[in-house]
Amino acid sequence: MSNVKERVGTGVGVTLILLWCLLPVAWIVSLSFKSQEAVTNGSPGFFPASGAGAGFDNYKQVLQDDAFLLAIRNSIVVSLSATILSVALATLAAYAIARLEFRGKKFVLTTALVIAMFPVVSLVGPLFDMWRTVGLYDTWWGLMIPYISFTLPLAIWTLSAFFREIPWEMEQAAQVDGATPWQAFRKVIVPLAAPGVFTAAILTFFFAWNDFVFGISLTSTERARPIPAALSFFVGADPFNRPASLLAAAAVVATIPIVVLVLFFQRKIVAGLTAGAVKG
Amino acid sequence: MTTTEARPTSHKPSKPPKAPDSDRSRSENRLALKLVALPLALMLLVTAFPMLRALYLSLFDYSLTAPDDRTFIGLSNYVTALTDGLFWRDTLITVFIMVVTVSFELVIGFAFAMVMHKVIFARGVIRTSILIPYGVITVVSGFAWQFAFSNTNGFVNSWLPFIDTDFNWFAEQGSSLVAIMASEIWKTTPFMSLLLLAGLAQVSEDMIEAAKVDGATWFQRLYKVILPNMRAAIMVAVLFRALDAYRIFDNIFVMTAGANNTESISFLTYRQVIEQFQLGIGSALSVLLFLSVLVVAAVIVKLFRVDLADARQG
Repeated sequence: MSNVKERVGTGVGVTLILLWCLLPVAWIVSLSFKSQEAVTNGSPGFFPASGAGAGFDNYKQVLQDDAFLLAIRNSIVVSLSATILSVALATLAAYAIARLEFRGKKFVLTTALVIAMFPVVSLVGPLFDMWRTVGLYDTWWGLMIPYISFTLPLAIWTLSAFFREIPWEMEQAAQVDGATPWQAFRKVIVPLAAPGVFTAAILTFFFAWNDFVFGISLTSTERARPIPAALSFFVGADPFNRPASLLAAAAVVATIPIVVLVLFFQRKIVAGLTAGAVKG
Repeated sequence: MTTTEARPTSHKPSKPPKAPDSDRSRSENRLALKLVALPLALMLLVTAFPMLRALYLSLFDYSLTAPDDRTFIGLSNYVTALTDGLFWRDTLITVFIMVVTVSFELVIGFAFAMVMHKVIFARGVIRTSILIPYGVITVVSGFAWQFAFSNTNGFVNSWLPFIDTDFNWFAEQGSSLVAIMASEIWKTTPFMSLLLLAGLAQVSEDMIEAAKVDGATWFQRLYKVILPNMRAAIMVAVLFRALDAYRIFDNIFVMTAGANNTESISFLTYRQVIEQFQLGIGSALSVLLFLSVLVVAAVIVKLFRVDLADARQG
């Protein structure tokens, strides 16, 4: 008897979850098909009114916009490089944390924890000042360095949680066979750890792709400005009168890489997000 | 934990016990330090060093528009900030946003986690869709919700029967905050629900079944069995989300740019430093922001007695 009730409840719940997650996304897609005249004159409603649709005009215009294309280039270069470097460094640190006993392990973990909670904005001033002095302001490296530093904690946690699950007897066996600790790490553990590393990489990429604070503060031109910052500067300073449908099209384009990653790797991402967060 | 003996610890059950070997443990120590050095240095370079510099700069009257007029003024910047109503108003708004969004996220996220825990079909679809808000750029989420609430191009006014179709959400503080918080809650609830789902999965089914056999109602099982057993997961989720919410910036920047008293403490700091080039007072605000995050963290940890190191070391 309660079984039927439970099933109905679950069905309703699933529907609500899907609506919650996808409705705003559907909305921004729908908005991106409204024509710009209709938006300027005001066209309330979820779907484009008849005659107020724009087809793919907004997308064509967005993809011909140099500022936006350069922003895509900047975002891809900066996010990918930061991801690769951060995960490479985090792999080393996470191996040490998960596997080796050493003085200062607590210190590394605490530092990572504090940095993950750090109010990013409070660094903007000093970094702005420092980067201008050393010439990193408005460059790819000027963004990559903070991205690496701020994704390291996430990557280190995720990876050390994964590394704890690895059958370490195999490393022991390699060492018994005469491998040095470094060889054991490189030849035995790296292939086993690859899935965890990959997950950490996706999460790191999300962070870098999403960053806004550094993006607007440490860049000033199209030379290095990433997508989120470019979106917010898309049309001058008036936040109340933007070409909504054009922006929506740009937003959809910026969201596509995320959707693709999620579609292919959802299982890994969930495992990574929850790894080490609950065992307490 | 700081001894150099290579002794087996609880989370390394696979390592067979053996006699302490000081040569080996010393080389282990050396290798570990080598592996950790560079990441640690990078993390400190971008946080500790700038933070110390902010501490130093906050003692000066220093503006980038007149960099040569830098004068030492002691703690005056802090006095200025702390006696200015703006600082306290923005702190209050930030705390308000934090409390409201985290409460909503906790309740909705828990409901989602319960549903996902029960579902046996279409797990992949649900997982995929729940990750999309998590992955969407906050700026994009801000735009989506700003346009949704817009009275000229949005749909919220026409969908909510008790709202006038011409109602302008961005004309006053209360309704602007509602729009901002809607975007924040939408984007971060999935993350919360995933953390809670992982906690839920660790509650023993046997215990719930036993309570059921003993005649406990659904609510009793929830309050007496499920919730107490996933306390650690809930606290970690709340702590991380609360600190994240306290730093709210992107949504406000995109949706209102701080108009109608919707400015958060992060936004105030940003405005002083980047828009007005007031590095002196801006640095003081940076330091205060950092301290207030520590206070929030301390309050939550004290309140709920979370052992962070434990929770995150897993």
